Amino acid sequence: MLSSGSTFSKVASAKPNVPKPGPPLWLLAELTYRCPLQCPYCSNPLDFAKHGKELTTAQWIEVFRQSREMGAAQLGFSGGEPLVRQDLAELIKAARDMGYYTNLITSGIGLTEKRIAEFSEAGLDHIQISFQAADEEVNNMLAGSKKAFAQKLAMARAVKAHGYPMVLNFVTHRHNIDRIERIIDLCLELEADFVELATCQFYGWAELNRAGLLPTRAQLANAERITNQYRARLQAQNHPCKLIFVTPDYYEERPKACMNGWANLFLDITPDGTALPCHSARQLPVEFPNVLEHSISHIWNESFGFNRFRGDDWMPEPCRSCDEKHKDFGGCRCQAFMLTGDASNADPVCSKSAHHGVILAAREEAERASQGMQALTMRNEKASRLIVKV
Amino acid sequence: MTPVDKVPVLRRGYRFQWEPAQACHVLLYPEGMIKLNDSASEIFKLIDGRQDVAAIIANLSERFPDVPGIDEDIFAFMEVASAQFWIDFL
Repeated sequence: MLSSGSTFSKVASAKPNVPKPGPPLWLLAELTYRCPLQCPYCSNPLDFAKHGKELTTAQWIEVFRQSREMGAAQLGFSGGEPLVRQDLAELIKAARDMGYYTNLITSGIGLTEKRIAEFSEAGLDHIQISFQAADEEVNNMLAGSKKAFAQKLAMARAVKAHGYPMVLNFVTHRHNIDRIERIIDLCLELEADFVELATCQFYGWAELNRAGLLPTRAQLANAERITNQYRARLQAQNHPCKLIFVTPDYYEERPKACMNGWANLFLDITPDGTALPCHSARQLPVEFPNVLEHSISHIWNESFGFNRFRGDDWMPEPCRSCDEKHKDFGGCRCQAFMLTGDASNADPVCSKSAHHGVILAAREEAERASQGMQALTMRNEKASRLIVKV
Repeated sequence: MTPVDKVPVLRRGYRFQWEPAQACHVLLYPEGMIKLNDSASEIFKLIDGRQDVAAIIANLSERFPDVPGIDEDIFAFMEVASAQFWIDFL
């Protein structure tokens, strides 16, 4: 067990206003940045091509062990595409034996009946498959792969046939959100237990392609209305499928309580071992620790990066004197950095932010935008090298 | 109300376990976790796909004789747990 008492007193004496963090309940293992697909809204960093190194099997297992000791209970295997790791079954077994609830978050590309059975044997608890669209042509264009859709359908059926609970994830945006009815129908047909209808969040590649992805307010309202109709119908049928609708914060007047607060319950370990408090924090001008140099306990409790935005001492106005600051923590640090140049600023989604005009301008742009899908920059190694000097 | 001869079982993919770091029992499911209070935990411990609701009531009434209306609490729990699709009935 973690000796939280003594660790806390050290942190507390150095920074009296940084509250003691709770345990990192959620561990995300981004096993690799390699991926056969090229989704233009990928949350991986734009410069992923320069972070090609990956932790070994033994190093990952040690990360799992230390994090579990700290209290992590949910473990997500993600990427990139985690299936490209040949040691995935071994990692699943190690994690499951430690008591984790193990989630495989995959595009389904690279999955086979044989591997599904192998993962089941290893103790995998759940599989989430992401789709790009409910129409074969749109799906394959967005994925940058001609065979993707048929493979996903086959694997979704195989996942259910093997008795796993299944989450289907659709990232929605202006090019597929009008087909939400077809999306939900497809999920019900595939017997998904949970359906995530996640409107694109603008980080990584999605931020680069924002103008080509952000739906209009009318598109969003329509999709939400249809989703609510389905919810009512499912409830009337006592149907177990749960629809989760994620709205893009660009249409809000108050920011989201991003990650439930900085380094509060989520711990992301990237392929090369860099530890982050969220998927996109790598872009911030903050130094983040690496598991090859520090223990998880040190990283979580004492590292500079993880304490950088804990508590509220770091907040400038308008957050500092805001009576909602403990509700939304000033919003998202990455969004503040991307849109205002300073990660300490209020998330410009907030109407109290002096930079809120950026959000209003993006909404207006969405009303006018007429670019086709072909104009989106696909997420691949070549583009990554072109965009960011590696 | 849930009939007493129904046998509750955890929904497939749901797991009940003790978490030392949180000092409580939790229910784990795809990408989610619910912290359970003591009474919910006592009921979950008996949900094994073999005991029916009557057996669970008998067991807990015997162990907690001073808790008034324990059967009503258990029925209420079954309603909620089933409405949330945490449990199925055999």
